[in-house]
Amino acid sequence: MSQVIETGVAFEFTPENVKKAKAFIARYPEGRQQSAVMPLLDLAQRQNDNWLPKEAIEYVGKFLDVPYMRVLEVATFYTMYNLKPVGKYFLQLCRTTPCWLRGSDDLEAVCKNKLGIASGETTEDGLFSLLEVECLGACVNAPVVQINDDFYEDLNAENFEAVLDKLAKGEVPPKGPQIDRINSAPEGGPKTLLEKTGGA
Amino acid sequence: MLKDQDRIFTNLYGQQDWKLKGAQARGVWDNTKDLIALGQDAIIDRMKESGLRGRGGAGFPTGLKWSFMPKESDGRPSYLVVNADESEPGTCKDREIMRFDPHRLLEGCLVAGFAMRAIAAYIYIRGEFVQEAINLEIAIKEAYDAGMIGKNASGSGYDFDIYLHRGAGAYICGEETALIESLEGNKGQPRLKPPFPANVGVWGCPSTVNNVESIAVAPEILRRGEGWFSGLGRPNNTGTKLFCISGHVNKPCNVEEEMGIPLKELIEKHAGGVRGGWDNLLAIIPGGSSVPLLPKSICDDVLMDFDSLREVQSGLGTAAVIVMDKSTDVIRAIERLSHFYKHESCGQCTPCREGTGWMWRVMQRLVSGEAEVEEIDMLINVSKRIEGHTICALGDAAAWPIQGLVRHFRPVIEERIKSRKANKAA
Repeated sequence: MSQVIETGVAFEFTPENVKKAKAFIARYPEGRQQSAVMPLLDLAQRQNDNWLPKEAIEYVGKFLDVPYMRVLEVATFYTMYNLKPVGKYFLQLCRTTPCWLRGSDDLEAVCKNKLGIASGETTEDGLFSLLEVECLGACVNAPVVQINDDFYEDLNAENFEAVLDKLAKGEVPPKGPQIDRINSAPEGGPKTLLEKTGGA
Repeated sequence: MLKDQDRIFTNLYGQQDWKLKGAQARGVWDNTKDLIALGQDAIIDRMKESGLRGRGGAGFPTGLKWSFMPKESDGRPSYLVVNADESEPGTCKDREIMRFDPHRLLEGCLVAGFAMRAIAAYIYIRGEFVQEAINLEIAIKEAYDAGMIGKNASGSGYDFDIYLHRGAGAYICGEETALIESLEGNKGQPRLKPPFPANVGVWGCPSTVNNVESIAVAPEILRRGEGWFSGLGRPNNTGTKLFCISGHVNKPCNVEEEMGIPLKELIEKHAGGVRGGWDNLLAIIPGGSSVPLLPKSICDDVLMDFDSLREVQSGLGTAAVIVMDKSTDVIRAIERLSHFYKHESCGQCTPCREGTGWMWRVMQRLVSGEAEVEEIDMLINVSKRIEGHTICALGDAAAWPIQGLVRHFRPVIEERIKSRKANKAA
């Protein structure tokens, strides 16, 4: 029961990513290139449709001159490395208490009823994958779903469906709060920082 | 209410330019050279006198922490490591600093790094914060290009580098030694202390790990004077603080307020009050998921600072206020947190690895009522066998919310078990 999938296809960084990988390694002291395991796994995942096959993990080990097992340990420890293919839109639905208090269950129901997927599943057309995750760190804008790199905030069943509809059509809905609100300021407008403090 | 002029994070809501020019207009990078000219000892003394306590949860005095770093190198370089792995449920303040005021953090890195004689700062940001990392990278490049950091940083004669390191989804990396392990390219499993990071930290070198907010406020404290900061709040609980108000309030938000503000005032003035009014309040978790919840009776007049909340057997933690109104199934709310800790346990220590799963399974049964009343005491007993018996505080953090639930809501749990039994019998 291997945790990683072997595709039989060789993996290597594009020339552009080789440059990026070298820049990452240069951030750490000489001889401490193992520190670059995480950024390089992320780079590999981004190059490979958002998941890491065994070949990519091996490649990162060789690139850094770190044993495969050390890289595998990291790839399996952290939740953001996907060890199996995911859909074009990777939905990470926060289910921790602050999001739950504000209706994350409704969003889960939308995924089930509208997309027909539960946590860990991908739609048949390969468009959407769902993963229930723990606290995403945007709790005053709960409930929150991270879609690929972006946070969609202040969701409810209705506006979440609208976001999914747009994505299905290939559009990119604006990220951030999905209600009329400025970032983490209270709805209806800030009640502080109203005096001119320079730079406005 | 805190006056706007006393607020440090003047771009908290991102309404202004977050890049270098905007930051400078807000006073960031203003005479940074003069702050450094104060000298290491004077900076640390002033930080101590300001009374600043770490903003990442534990509340350890920041100046004192800096003073633990070696004054003379034994050949090893020293490092400042910024804990930007913000993952404590309820907490979303460092995110705002990083995406809307990144230069404030960078200036803090230089000043704090200089004070502790570090050659560089590594900012460890949680992997999910992609946009925040992008903004920080841009800000770092701007700061290098403008000579604020790098060789002869800000014209101070001191060389200082800043690097960003992205995590990849692990709450445990917010624990300082797990963060160091992760920065070295390992699994994020905490180390035994001693040795403490100030002696043996990242890559075996002296290191200090500080929260984003603690570092970001430092230059402003030095600029405005330690007396200004210590004049705000209450003794031993000084200054301003970013509060995150989430859950069942009319207008959830982040806000910078004075330490020691009454909890009720914080919620009513800034977050539009509890949904359905103050009397509809059931309980509040006042400082992020790891601290025990408080029933309404305590919330009525408790103050929001380290000492006041400790007196009521809770804590200020990260100042993340999670509000629950009377519609909340409070057992389920805590069960969700138990699942969080089970999910985030790194698996290194047996009491935590096994215990968090065990507690979560019992909590699930308490939610449905499919349990015996005696199991409540058994659960508390088990929680005490985890608390204090693990390398890091995650075991404690998993135990405390459950202990708080039983302390304040035991009748609710018992009632559910009894009514389940009655329904079965009927």
